[in-house]
Amino acid sequence: MKTLRIEGLTAEIEGKPILKGVDLEIKTGEIHALMGPNGHGKSTLANILMGHPKYTVTGGKILLDGQDLLEMDVPDRSKAGLFLAFQYPVEIPGVTVGKFLKRAAEIHMAVRGEKLNVTKFIKQAREDMSFLEMDQQFINRYLNEGFSGGEKKRMEILQLLTLKPRFALFDETDSGLDIDALKVVSKGINRLRGDDFGALIITHYQRILNYIQPDFVHILYQGRVVTTGGSELVTALEEKGYDWVKEKYGA
Amino acid sequence: MSTEMIPAENQLGDDFAADYKFGFSMPERSLIKSQKGLTEEVVRQISAAKNEPSWMLNYRLKALETFRRMPMPVWGADLSGIDFDEIYYYAKPSEESATSWDDVPEEIRKTYDRLGIPEAEKKFLAGVGAQYDSEMVYHNLQKNLTDQGVLFSSPEDAVLNHPDIIKKYFGTVIPHADNKFAALNTAVWSGGSFIYVPKGVHVDIPLQAYFRVNTKSFGQFERTLIVVDEGAFVHYIEGCTAPVFTKDSLHSAVVEIVALPGARVRYSTIQNWSNNMYNLVTKRAFAYDHATVEWVDGNIGSKVTMKYPAIFLMGKGAHGEVTSIAFANKGQEQDTGTKIMHFADDTSSVVTAKSISKSGGISSYRGMIKASPGLKNVRSKVECDALLLTADSKTNTYPIMDIQSDDVSMEHEAKVSKISEDQLLYLMSRGIGEEEAGMMIVNGFIDPLVKQLPMEYAVELNRLIELEMEGSVG
Repeated sequence: MKTLRIEGLTAEIEGKPILKGVDLEIKTGEIHALMGPNGHGKSTLANILMGHPKYTVTGGKILLDGQDLLEMDVPDRSKAGLFLAFQYPVEIPGVTVGKFLKRAAEIHMAVRGEKLNVTKFIKQAREDMSFLEMDQQFINRYLNEGFSGGEKKRMEILQLLTLKPRFALFDETDSGLDIDALKVVSKGINRLRGDDFGALIITHYQRILNYIQPDFVHILYQGRVVTTGGSELVTALEEKGYDWVKEKYGA
Repeated sequence: MSTEMIPAENQLGDDFAADYKFGFSMPERSLIKSQKGLTEEVVRQISAAKNEPSWMLNYRLKALETFRRMPMPVWGADLSGIDFDEIYYYAKPSEESATSWDDVPEEIRKTYDRLGIPEAEKKFLAGVGAQYDSEMVYHNLQKNLTDQGVLFSSPEDAVLNHPDIIKKYFGTVIPHADNKFAALNTAVWSGGSFIYVPKGVHVDIPLQAYFRVNTKSFGQFERTLIVVDEGAFVHYIEGCTAPVFTKDSLHSAVVEIVALPGARVRYSTIQNWSNNMYNLVTKRAFAYDHATVEWVDGNIGSKVTMKYPAIFLMGKGAHGEVTSIAFANKGQEQDTGTKIMHFADDTSSVVTAKSISKSGGISSYRGMIKASPGLKNVRSKVECDALLLTADSKTNTYPIMDIQSDDVSMEHEAKVSKISEDQLLYLMSRGIGEEEAGMMIVNGFIDPLVKQLPMEYAVELNRLIELEMEGSVG
């Protein structure tokens, strides 16, 4: 079992404090949901975990299986087993999906002391693509260029399946997806579910959590995790909205 | 074109040289070297050294007069650093142009070995010409092509042995008075390539010429004439490098292409001159009925390049394509573009220009598309993309469209982009290191263009750009 532990994390962007002391612990084998209203730090937390340079960490710790994540650069965090499914995956013109996936897979296999077998890799990628109901032609397309919102999210899940991380963060992966795409994306995430995989699903809505049952639900409000519970929290939010959170935990 | 890394020599002094692997020089050897500066005597000396007929000498002298009369261009890159009196206009390195590498003088052959030319010739070229300073030192063409009547030689050889073709076409595509540097070239031209492909002959494997400057403060003025007869095809590749000297050099070529009805010509250049070279080149093609001309132009090296490969679509149904990539690094100015003249019905053109600027480098696209009055069904598409790698680099776009017919479809797109933090983060978040991520984005930027090059050159271009990119991100 491995652990991703966040302790008293504070962070700001352009001098404006966003996270004001976040505590959270995710173990492999667990699926956590992080909910909360917009602008209270959910995406910030995901981006800081991955190492986005536009945020400044001002205090606290992040430990990935005992290693200080904040001391690691972005590629090393990935190699250590962390994955972020981006809310807005960027377009990389001229870099094909196939070439990019292969290179990323190769790097991750090298960490484990393995060598990539091209034939095997292509076979696996094709299987994963059919599993995600993606057109096989995607392998030759430029990464995310001209992809629809749903295609971009499937592309993130394809990378997830290829890299098989220890811990994955899903930054509003459900936003903007129609019900079919949501099912496919959930199917992808569920495939990795197991003793060696932990996830943090960041979302506004109950929808995705109907397909991926979380073990824990946290509410992030004004830069802090204000409450943690089970699926009853999701139901409460769905029924009553965020007003009660504001009343109960608002400054 | 080199297929392996060539170690830089100790004499590489200035900071441009650090990344330039072709900066080595050999001891100077010239059987004949003209005095410094440009005089009528120098022109006569060049002509005499080539045993030229008087008609060519007279043409040179006329061009010299034109050169003296014409002012320097007042547009484009900064040329104030050129001192015409400080340049050597002619240096003859060997007695004869050889047809076997064994007959090329040893230290010259060593240069080409280090550049990987003989090896490339064996692997993927149908013919090779190699110019060292002023003269072609080597020319060879596969026998089956010779047998089919293909001519591939120095233009000097053609002046003596095929005067009919030279008289018919030389200076017709680019007249000596076209611009000051065309006049200069016409006065002092030396070396270059002459190609004639007879009717219906397809030269399936590329021909290549490799231009090397070895003498300090030297001007290389090669002259190329390619005539492709009806329904014939040729792909010609040109590569260029020079040692890094403390004094600037000048390369001012003229390239004329004639694509007769139904012919197709592709001309690819990867220019990797050292960063002390003024590279001022005039290139133009005439495309007659249903002929196709393609310029593929890579500008990686030089201090200043001004080059706008042009296509005059002279006949009905003619098609022209210009695909270019420029990389302007520290201290470099790449002023490139194209000129396409639609003179006939049903003509079409496609221009794809990409530039990358880094560390203060300036790249400019200067393009002119013109359509004469009263034409039918003319189509043109221009796309220029610029990528800025650092905040201090610059890019400019100067498109001119002069459309005098109604039945014309024109598209023009220009885009400037930067490598974004988000793109880098995205790739890095999948384990890819920062430098590699930057490289992937740059390679991706030029990918649609590199795909059009023969594989060996695509690899070479990618490698050159990788060298330019070293240490540039992060």
